[in-house]
Amino acid sequence: MRNAARKVYIALIFIFLYAPIVTLMVLSFNASKTRAKWGGFTLKWYSSLFQNRDIMEALVNTLLIAVISSLAATVIGTIACVAMSGMKRRTRSVLLGVTNIPMLNADIVTGISLMLLFISFGFRFGFGTILLSHITFNIPYVILSVMPRMKQLNPSTYEAALDLGASHMTAFFKVIFPDLLPGILSGFLMAFTMSLDDFIITHFTKGAGVDTLSTKIYTEVKKGIKPEMYALSTIIFVTVLLLLILVNTAPGGKNDNKDNKEQ
Amino acid sequence: MSKELVYLENISKSFDGQMVLDELNLKIHENEFVTLLGPSGCGKTTTLRILGGFTSPDTGRVFFDGQDITNLSPNKRQLNTVFQKYALFTHMTIAENIAFGLKIKKKSKSYINDKIKYALKLVNLEGYENRMPDSLSGGQQQRIAIARAIVNEPKLLLLDEPLGALDLKLRQEMQYELIRMKNELGITFVYVTHDQEEALTMSDTIVVMNQGYIQQIGSPEAIYNEPENAFVADFIGDSNIIPAIMIEDRLVNILDTRFACVDTGFGHNKPVDVVIRPEDVELVEPSEGTIQGVVTHLIFKGVHYEMEVMANGFEWLVHSTTMFPVGKQVGLRVDPFNIQIMNKPESEDEEATAIDI
Repeated sequence: MRNAARKVYIALIFIFLYAPIVTLMVLSFNASKTRAKWGGFTLKWYSSLFQNRDIMEALVNTLLIAVISSLAATVIGTIACVAMSGMKRRTRSVLLGVTNIPMLNADIVTGISLMLLFISFGFRFGFGTILLSHITFNIPYVILSVMPRMKQLNPSTYEAALDLGASHMTAFFKVIFPDLLPGILSGFLMAFTMSLDDFIITHFTKGAGVDTLSTKIYTEVKKGIKPEMYALSTIIFVTVLLLLILVNTAPGGKNDNKDNKEQ
Repeated sequence: MSKELVYLENISKSFDGQMVLDELNLKIHENEFVTLLGPSGCGKTTTLRILGGFTSPDTGRVFFDGQDITNLSPNKRQLNTVFQKYALFTHMTIAENIAFGLKIKKKSKSYINDKIKYALKLVNLEGYENRMPDSLSGGQQQRIAIARAIVNEPKLLLLDEPLGALDLKLRQEMQYELIRMKNELGITFVYVTHDQEEALTMSDTIVVMNQGYIQQIGSPEAIYNEPENAFVADFIGDSNIIPAIMIEDRLVNILDTRFACVDTGFGHNKPVDVVIRPEDVELVEPSEGTIQGVVTHLIFKGVHYEMEVMANGFEWLVHSTTMFPVGKQVGLRVDPFNIQIMNKPESEDEEATAIDI
């Protein structure tokens, strides 16, 4: 009895959580234009979506920004972690706290403050400003996922590498980097996901004429909801879902390394 | 004595205003097994790290083979270190770990392979080339760490409490292994430990340290039998340390009783400390003893009985294979040769206490 109740309860939670998305996904395959009735299965919204030049342009922008910003944030964040691990404990915890704040900060505040910053320094709004703001809000996520790996490191391994004659650079790339890699990878994927689905910050820092998928959907929806948007949202959801699954399995990446070695 | 390999000259080091080493001077000779022994915080690990190049001294110089290496970075020094927590590279196989130093020195592939085989044979782990460090036990990992260090043919091997994480049985086994390896390789070992038994078993020379000062340097026998001060006597093994008066050469007054001894040159009626090892106190019939007392505690320790005997207001620690029950009247006798006279601690400990403040 109790077991059955448990299962029903879990099922209810999942229905609540995922019913809206499932509805959206189902509607994206609905041949009828109205939401009220099922007109048969179709992929036409998907094909018209891919023929829409504006949307494709937004897609390219989104992917470019996501890749570049998460790469940049990964490099900056990892270097920051290396530096912080060499600091005294108190300085380090203060700095870690400071880097955590932007994650907790409301997106709208981050967005507006970045916008004001760009205005006061005379930046021209466009692709560049979106990229800069995405790098900014992505760095904390990288630090969040690299720092725990950094703390797990045996500090002697670096010294051992030096002791065996390695230069500081060699010691870092041969000994420290492979141990950090799982954290760096999951940090990169997390940053990529965050960049991919950001709307608010992008909205405030983009110029006229530049759009990412999320801002494009927003403008399209204002004109009236078209079924293409269901298809687009479904694609975004599935992409983010896949990335999240990747992120969650990445910490087990240690085994992958071993497998690669044996090949 | 063989050639001098390392000379630490007037080394001082403090961390955050706390003095860790104070004008330390130490010479290490070729092919010597030197142990730095002392309680935690005595500066022994700092000394080792200064030798390895991981910490630089505030003042003083480090000479290696006659060259000043004080400011030389660790990767340029002709020595290798075995770290406390093994510090193996977990993403590399055992063979890759051992080859690490040789690859950096750009040795040929066949040379590296020969060296890996040789090193694994030396540490009794043949056939482990393709294993990962995680799949090895603590003792095995430690042996790999040693193998990784010695393939580089250092002149000097530094070992930082390498057996600290192992259980007793394994530790004793590894002690013999280390002595065997050292004799086979003919290189100098500098070994850091807080375990006095380990130090006594393995070393040619023991350097007893406390609060940044060297308390005594000597062979294990000298350190054990002739401790120079109460700290050394207390740290190395169990002992009875009793304040006494040196009446004249070869005669000492311990607890209002005259004992014959063999030490000379302390002067007349001079306050001293006397060290008597518990196994050197003989328990006999009251009439035959130099002083008399009553057994107050008795513990069976396996090899011997440990007893405490109250005599003239001092609780004597006695190790004996004969058992005397609690409450029994006994006589105590000490062979003159086994009474070790020490000067009362003067400058050294005054300095040592000054740091505490």
